[in-house]
Amino acid sequence: MLELYESQRAMRAMRKAAMQRGVVAILDVGSSKIACLVLRFDGSDLADETAMPMAGQAGFRVIGAATTRSRGVRFGEIEMMAETERAIRTAVQAAQKMANIRVDHVIACFSGADPRSYGLVGETGLEGHVVTEQDVSRVLSACDVPDFGQDREVLHAQPVNFALDHRSGLADPRGQMGQTLATDMHLLTVDASAVQNLSHCVRRCDLELAGIYSSAYAAGYAALVEDEQELGAACIDMGGGSTGLSIFIKKHMIYADAVRLGGDHVTSDISMGLQVPMGVAERIKTFYGGVVATGMDDREMIDIGGDTGDWEHDRRSVSRTELIGIMRPRVEEIFEEVRAKLDAAGFDHLPSQQIVLTGAASQIPGLDGLASRILGQQVRLGRPLRVQGLPQAATGPGFASAVGLSLFAAHPQDEWWDFELPVDTYPARSLKRVVRWFRDNW
Amino acid sequence: MQPLSKQPTTAKRIQKSDPAPSRWAYRFERLMLTPVFRKAMRIGLPFSVSLLLGLAYFADEARRESFNMALIDVRDDFQNRPEFMVNLMAVDGASTAIAEEIRAVVPLDFPLSSFELDLEDIRNNVAELAAVKKATVRIRTGGVLQIDVTERQPIAIWRTYEGIELVDNAGVAFRALPSRMSRPDLPLIAGEGAAKHLPEAMQLIRTATPLHKRMRGLARMGERRWDIVLDRGQRIMLPEKNPVQALQRVMALNSARDLLKRDVAAVDMRLAKRVTIRLNEDAVKQRWKARATEAEIQE
Repeated sequence: MLELYESQRAMRAMRKAAMQRGVVAILDVGSSKIACLVLRFDGSDLADETAMPMAGQAGFRVIGAATTRSRGVRFGEIEMMAETERAIRTAVQAAQKMANIRVDHVIACFSGADPRSYGLVGETGLEGHVVTEQDVSRVLSACDVPDFGQDREVLHAQPVNFALDHRSGLADPRGQMGQTLATDMHLLTVDASAVQNLSHCVRRCDLELAGIYSSAYAAGYAALVEDEQELGAACIDMGGGSTGLSIFIKKHMIYADAVRLGGDHVTSDISMGLQVPMGVAERIKTFYGGVVATGMDDREMIDIGGDTGDWEHDRRSVSRTELIGIMRPRVEEIFEEVRAKLDAAGFDHLPSQQIVLTGAASQIPGLDGLASRILGQQVRLGRPLRVQGLPQAATGPGFASAVGLSLFAAHPQDEWWDFELPVDTYPARSLKRVVRWFRDNW
Repeated sequence: MQPLSKQPTTAKRIQKSDPAPSRWAYRFERLMLTPVFRKAMRIGLPFSVSLLLGLAYFADEARRESFNMALIDVRDDFQNRPEFMVNLMAVDGASTAIAEEIRAVVPLDFPLSSFELDLEDIRNNVAELAAVKKATVRIRTGGVLQIDVTERQPIAIWRTYEGIELVDNAGVAFRALPSRMSRPDLPLIAGEGAAKHLPEAMQLIRTATPLHKRMRGLARMGERRWDIVLDRGQRIMLPEKNPVQALQRVMALNSARDLLKRDVAAVDMRLAKRVTIRLNEDAVKQRWKARATEAEIQE
């Protein structure tokens, strides 16, 4: 756990350095596209209060944005390092060119790698009567960490709730009187190899990693409005290769998971069903796709085209109903998987059960109607928050996680490694080592 | 009837090149986006290259020499253009003698370029001449060095132990005279510091207009007061303060009693309350005689 603490601390220091430089890049490594935003921090944290309460999106400005087709990424995990590295390079270079400035620090997110959530509980007696920062540190390290396996890495570890004696629901217990302090921590782990691959790719592009986030978390932060985050809501980030879901309550993420199905599977279904290449299938999906068939759709014929040279083959056409008939079962399957994950997480016990669909695949017409049949009544389509300087082309739901990352870049939520280590866990050897070093060298 | 040779198929897709930049292209682009590097390329590099070339060129003595020569040639060519040449000097407002003096003071070999003339220096030289009150020097169109001179106008003659000089209204003695008779039209003043109080002297002379025929001049006595010297050795001794009023009193006395036509040696006005008259020796004897007869008659 200590190495994790150190490495995450190092990333935090990177982020701070980037803030000092004033420029940081946001990299959303998805299965179908790689988006890169370049942010400039201008220190205008107290932006004009007249417009509206700036929900954390003040203090920075997007000065460069670029997307490129993703290569070598499947199910939100990097599969071909060289290809992905080239794709990242393309996106970063285009965004740099638009921003006309060089960026050295990058905050990245990815959606796959089998995220798993753990709820941790820690309890400790106070040293004095008043809760100090050291007490908070001690209770955080008192959490009993489950055995999540050697090949897993902690992506997020956030104290969600503090309880002092029998008073629960404290956001900041410091300075309060009590006997025992307890905390609930949310721990999110992913496959270590995915994180290593990503950081390796980023390093190959001469960039420094200033943070890694789960894209479900970032998308939820950007797409959920403030009261949804407060009262409890689930955000379903429907990407190309995987569908992430994150549950928020009291402004904290308490659960995150991912389904290894996404828009690319719908496309490949169309490709197989209509016997067309993937590119054509993608085009048909985006232009004519849908999930609810009506009588009108029987008459709407779609030219499929082709360039085999066979006249009959090249002039096929299908009705839109057929297309919907191909797409709908796959979308239903995605939602059923999501439903299963939500049920496993105990989403139906939350006071509010708002579900927000975001991500590029949530743009299928009629999706919210289908989702409300499977997931529950309170479903809406979410778009990310508007941030300063974001180009119009990058304001769609597909950029929710990129926007969420920008918000985190400006105002990160407290993680376990943002707190000080408790004094007694400092390795006692270090002082001895210092003494020995002096003796050896002087 | 179709040609059997292979037709270029238009349907054939042009293979799109990889949009990803190569590793080195990416690094180069990033380097070019670095502000310091970009500034160095835009300003530092041209500057240092030109500096280096310049230094290399001028490292050779002969080149440096020739460069300087070329610079001087260009400058001389420019200065010696006909529109900048000055061909003659004109002196206006001075009498012939003073003009001669000015030409002696400003020795110039015409034609000259106007860049070589220091007009301020010339003006100072001319203005240093005693007979010149004011001088303006300028270069007129047509290449003429124009010197406009205002001469000093003499208003009096000042006699000192050294000789006789002309004095202008500022009290500056500017020219020696061979004799008093060469300028009989000007009044004469004499004595130490007389020229410093010239305005007062001139006022006195104006007041004494009726006596002009008889007046020999004004003498400054002890550097504090004036005496008017008339012919026959007569003197009007004026006080330090208000000499003009005192003189007016004398003039009034003269016009009423013909005072100065009598055998009076001096009219002493130094005590304002009492006019004192000194008679000549003969007149005194005459007076005594007259008094004696008057006494006899009364007895």
